[in-house]
Amino acid sequence: MPQLIAQLIGVPRETAAGEKRVATVPDVVEKLRKLGFRVAVESGAGDPANFPDDAYRAAGAEAVGDVWASADILFKVRAPSTAEVERMRPGATLVSFIWPAQNPELMQALAARKATVLAIDSVPRISRAQKLDALSSMANIAGYRAVIEAAHHFGRFFTGQITAAGKVPPAKVFVIGAGVAGLAAIGAASGLGAIVRANDTRPEVADQIKSLGGEFVPVEYIEEGTGVGGYAKVMSEGFQKAQAAVFAKQAKEVDVIITTALIPGKPAPRLISADMVRSMKPGSVIVDLAAEQGGNCELTVPGEVVVRHGVTIIGYTDLPSRLAKQSSTLYATNLLRLTEELCKAKDGAINVNMDDEVIRGTTVIKDGAITWPPPPPKLSAAPPMKPAAAKPPAKAHEPGKAPASARATAIAFLVGAFLFWFIGAYAPPAFIGHFTVFVLACFVGYMVIWNVTPALHTPLMSVTNAISSIIAIGALVQVAPPVADSADRPTTWIVALAVVSIALVAINMFGGFAVTQRMLQMFRK
Amino acid sequence: MSPTLSTVAYVGATVLFILSLGGLSSPESSRRGNLYGMIGMAIAVLATVFGPQVTKAGYPWIVAAMVLGGAIGLYAARVVKMTQMPELVALMHSLVGLAAVLVGFANYIDPVASAGFKGAEKTIHELEIYVGVLIGAVTFSGSIIAFGKLSARISGRPVLLPARHWINLAGLLVVIWCGGWFIHTHSIDAGMTPLVIMTAIALLFGIHMVMAIGGADMPVVVSMLNSYSGWAAAATGFMLSNDLLIVTGALVGSSGAILSYIMCRAMNRNFVAVIAGGFGTGGGGPAVAGAQPAGEVHPIPATETAELLRNARNVIIVPGYGMAVAQAQHTVYEITRHLRDKGVNVRFGIHPVAGRMPGHMNVLLAEAKVPYDIVLEMDEVNEDFPDTDVAMVIGANDIVNPAAQEDPASPIAGMPVLEVWKAKTSIVMKRSMASGYAGVDNPLFYKDNNRMLFGDAKKMLDEVLVALKA
Repeated sequence: MPQLIAQLIGVPRETAAGEKRVATVPDVVEKLRKLGFRVAVESGAGDPANFPDDAYRAAGAEAVGDVWASADILFKVRAPSTAEVERMRPGATLVSFIWPAQNPELMQALAARKATVLAIDSVPRISRAQKLDALSSMANIAGYRAVIEAAHHFGRFFTGQITAAGKVPPAKVFVIGAGVAGLAAIGAASGLGAIVRANDTRPEVADQIKSLGGEFVPVEYIEEGTGVGGYAKVMSEGFQKAQAAVFAKQAKEVDVIITTALIPGKPAPRLISADMVRSMKPGSVIVDLAAEQGGNCELTVPGEVVVRHGVTIIGYTDLPSRLAKQSSTLYATNLLRLTEELCKAKDGAINVNMDDEVIRGTTVIKDGAITWPPPPPKLSAAPPMKPAAAKPPAKAHEPGKAPASARATAIAFLVGAFLFWFIGAYAPPAFIGHFTVFVLACFVGYMVIWNVTPALHTPLMSVTNAISSIIAIGALVQVAPPVADSADRPTTWIVALAVVSIALVAINMFGGFAVTQRMLQMFRK
Repeated sequence: MSPTLSTVAYVGATVLFILSLGGLSSPESSRRGNLYGMIGMAIAVLATVFGPQVTKAGYPWIVAAMVLGGAIGLYAARVVKMTQMPELVALMHSLVGLAAVLVGFANYIDPVASAGFKGAEKTIHELEIYVGVLIGAVTFSGSIIAFGKLSARISGRPVLLPARHWINLAGLLVVIWCGGWFIHTHSIDAGMTPLVIMTAIALLFGIHMVMAIGGADMPVVVSMLNSYSGWAAAATGFMLSNDLLIVTGALVGSSGAILSYIMCRAMNRNFVAVIAGGFGTGGGGPAVAGAQPAGEVHPIPATETAELLRNARNVIIVPGYGMAVAQAQHTVYEITRHLRDKGVNVRFGIHPVAGRMPGHMNVLLAEAKVPYDIVLEMDEVNEDFPDTDVAMVIGANDIVNPAAQEDPASPIAGMPVLEVWKAKTSIVMKRSMASGYAGVDNPLFYKDNNRMLFGDAKKMLDEVLVALKA
């Protein structure tokens, strides 16, 4: 669909209460313009995130009073309100968080508007789509901010110190759910010096937790917790009991609990009961990142900070917005990557190609027709097991290799047997003695070399090279053998050849051993 | 010294040589292994010199030749740079080959040496001379060419003559025919002609063989020549009826052959295919049959590289021949030490055929004082890449090419590679976008999590180090 005029990307101001983010930033505006688009930003849209209108203008965007009516493509952070949908141009494209499962009325309103809607929350969890996964980039910020909020409400240092005024024990932080947010929280908390423990229903994340400085607290109950797309799934009752016991034990010990447990399309699991909160030390802090989906803690009040049984429970639902500049920048980059996918020709017009797996998954309404939910993605984002995936099709180009090798072995044995028979039948006895020694030595070499570590292959070659100087013996016995000089023995020639040989081999002998020694001296622990 | 005493000394030397090779199985015992080798060699030489086969008249000659050669050898061993090790080893192989040729000729023109042989014994003795000279000559000229290629005096590209296999076959037939002629001559003078013809053909064959092998296969060639020098010594041993020579030659020969085999397996290549030459080339036209990797590369400056490294917890460095060329191993170590002091877990992943001879990278890193317990082999490190924050590839290409696993049509399909693309971020340091020795484009460069740091490895790493310390 070639367009004569470049399409206009409109970025409205976010109207949701407390929302400080903006859907694009000046740096990204430039890149969008390079793709051929025109960009209009609603005046003041970037102010809460500290991006003034002037910065957008400098990057080549227009700052206008209203973008809803004029824009071909709308970039937003939060899903639009009903009033905003009314102002959309019919047939326009909207890119924002939508949460289609939770917002059926909004979907109907957008469909009635004949809109095309790409829900950034519906980006499929496949490797290729990671760069446009705004959920991950927002979760990363939320995890970080959760630790900062916890530290803010917690009455002590996170790190342990020994000061002139006494010893400070380090804070203990327990993170539930090691998704992107959980891992970010683990990293941030251990960065502040806290002792961090973490739990997740998916056993394969244990290594990731360790890599960020956390300690994995397992639930000793055998059940695989990885669902489709690398998310967690609902666990059995038996598991939940075992899990609750682990959490209850942790609640008594730790100072801060950060919960990030979410299951797609379901209310957040209740993991921290009122009893557990009561058992915590006074002054402890719980940060509930699942507050928007009902909360992992029974006592969470979404959007607020409350104190229950002496424990501060933080239920903010706008943690990314609290780092507005950072989250806007990352979100804008995610949208830029999506735009690149949509506009491969770089001609300033988007093409919603429903054959592309990523775009198909992201698009929830196409030209007024609801296309959500998409067919499920085929691959788990992080397959827990890769059965033989690492094995390349090495022998693919040598079909029939295995059966041939048996035949080849047989032929080799036949040839060998014939050679041995030939030698045995015709060679003189003296030769047989040497031949025996020769064959045995070959096997000794064969056995010895297999044990050599590859790191030492160069010294090995160097030393075998030095040892091959043994050929000097051949030259030495020719220099002055105990024979009488006779007329037909060209003694001068023989001596000359032998002496030159000795000199050549001596270079190799001394040089070889010396250089090997030099090399080996360098290998150290 | 009596003949029996001399024989016993030979047995002792043989045992010491075996212990020497066995000692190299681990870095702890390797130095002792080398010492065993030296003692074995000293015993062998002294037992021969003071043995029944050498009279006092030869002592001045022997001492003079030994002192001269030894001085040159020790000097060369002291001044050689570790990056030049492959060249030095190749050059030394050529000396052994040449010596085998000279000893063979000297033995042939000595009527006393063959005086006692009659009938089948004489034929076998002449055959031994013939084979010894043949292997020696091939080793000599092949090693010289390998030396030229490794030291870049000769282009690393394979030189493929038309009908090269037929040329080799014709050469082989002529050699066999000369052999028949040689055995049936009755005087030394008459036999000289076929021997010289054969030597000339063997020299040409050695040149031709190595010229046809691409630079990427040099590790195989070097260890193969190593093997040849051993066989040459063994053939000389048969000629002189000397068991020590036979045993030692066979030890060296079989060890070199196994090393070649290990190298070939590391490249998923057939030994015969390597020796037949022609690979490692780009000479056979555009080799890329599969999909051309599409997408854009993401260049990155040294400062951002430093930033990535500083913020990483797990770093794996994958060095290649480019590091050796740029002499960057010391800077690599400085960076490693700096990061390790900061608590970053830095390790090295070594591909079996990285560099131009087996174990080349290990030696360079050892020279730069990198502790050997953080230098790991491909199999040890490959499964750790998914947990690695930054994988830094320094001057390597084919050994980190995902096409080997992903594209069955690729010429390097099935070759085991280091899976750096599984790290969170990979950084490839390279001078340009040119393809590696295998002439295969590398899809790694176009991956989203890959960054390219263009420039000379040493210069760029120096900048990274400065940025790290800032």
